[in-house]
Amino acid sequence: MSKILGLTGDGAVAYAVKQCNVDVVAAYPITPQTLIVEEFSEYVHNGEVHTEFVCVESEHSAMSACVGASLTGARVFTATASQGLALMHEILYIASSLRCPIVMGVVNRTLSAPINIHCDHSDMMGSRDCGWIQIYVENAQEAYDWVLQAFRIAEDPDVLLPVTVNLDAFILSHSLEGVKVLDDAEVEKFVSTRKPVLRVDPDKPITVGALCLTDFFFETKRQHVEAMNNSPKTISRVNNEFAELTGRRYDFIETFGMDDAEAAIICLGSTAGTAKAVAKSMRSKGKKVGVIKPWVYRPFPAKQIVEAIENLKALAVLDRACSIGAPYGPLCSDITATLYREGIKLGVFNVIYGLGGRDMTPFNIETVFNETLEVAKTGVVKEPLKFVGVRE
Amino acid sequence: MSEESKPGWKSIPMAGVLLEPGSAMKYKTGDWRAFRPIIDEEKCINCLLCWIYCPDGAVIREEKKVSINYEYCKGCGICANECPVKAITMVEEKR
Repeated sequence: MSKILGLTGDGAVAYAVKQCNVDVVAAYPITPQTLIVEEFSEYVHNGEVHTEFVCVESEHSAMSACVGASLTGARVFTATASQGLALMHEILYIASSLRCPIVMGVVNRTLSAPINIHCDHSDMMGSRDCGWIQIYVENAQEAYDWVLQAFRIAEDPDVLLPVTVNLDAFILSHSLEGVKVLDDAEVEKFVSTRKPVLRVDPDKPITVGALCLTDFFFETKRQHVEAMNNSPKTISRVNNEFAELTGRRYDFIETFGMDDAEAAIICLGSTAGTAKAVAKSMRSKGKKVGVIKPWVYRPFPAKQIVEAIENLKALAVLDRACSIGAPYGPLCSDITATLYREGIKLGVFNVIYGLGGRDMTPFNIETVFNETLEVAKTGVVKEPLKFVGVRE
Repeated sequence: MSEESKPGWKSIPMAGVLLEPGSAMKYKTGDWRAFRPIIDEEKCINCLLCWIYCPDGAVIREEKKVSINYEYCKGCGICANECPVKAITMVEEKR
């Protein structure tokens, strides 16, 4: 039996974590993630969960405590945003390299300076190569659903990698939404308990984090790559089981109108919602436009994207992060690399948008769609990298 | 061990974890040595300063003398430097 609760994006994450029998949460508050740990600490205070809540002095310590806890075989969660994620950076690599299946809510907020608390993806993109599985969600419902699935994916013995569930600052984190939640018992059955493969145990001592030099380090990295390569199988299996349980079907990407679209937008997170609404209205006027929304960003869903763009003539790749000095933003770099590898010739241009929380309005998106349709018609990309929504 | 004779990524434990305690014993560091400490037993007064100072525990304390465990001695020369009677000489390794 599912019921509908009024939850913010942060509240949805906290509620999901409450239902997942998490053993340890070590976290430090930072806007706009604060609601997650704040609400979760209330669950701890009220005795609604058995979780050990570790109040730490920084995000660097938060992730360090999470690594230690995870190595003992505990189920671990944390959450952060922006500068907090940046402060965690070195431990992010340690968490994934020591194969700690930590789940972390990342409420995507820009990085300073100037200081700003609003949404863009520069925080997570700054730690893009940390070896974690990375999920981006469009709304609070997806945030709730993916947190439940994230524990299953992370803790699978074939994967054993940490997972971030990324949700857009304020647009999702602080907006109230009707969220369908499962009963505690259903969640408990779905997520079960963690069954650690290797763990720190006084009765059976092992050494973790020993010096590993030129003779073995490369081999451990190759294992890490293989774990990521294994993860799609697990992600699909968990998506299928989740669909059976809830009727809500997740995948590596979500597509809208892609069967006959000539021009499409691909973007991460909440902007996909706006893009779908605009596409719907444009399609009712006979414009063949579509939207691709990757839920899973790492491992990069190249295969699914290639399938989705089979009949496409032009694609606008929207990046809510700027890789300054690079040919494209991060998502567009991945897309163009994929197209080149597959030998696909497609009119692609990159749109940098929404930095520091600047709204991406339906009007902005319609303009991008019209430009994409123009590229589809002429086959000419006039501006490979452009900025939408910035004043000249 | 040569690079080829070492196990590959498919057969080593996950994440560089060492599954048994005390496995540093298996890591013979003696082949790092460029200079080999040689003890002149005639000069040695068995003061044990070399045994105290050796950072690798490679000086073996015997009943009335000391000797060097060449499987682990990295040849740092601290023993020779500390020896008050200059009983230890560092001799270049010829391999």
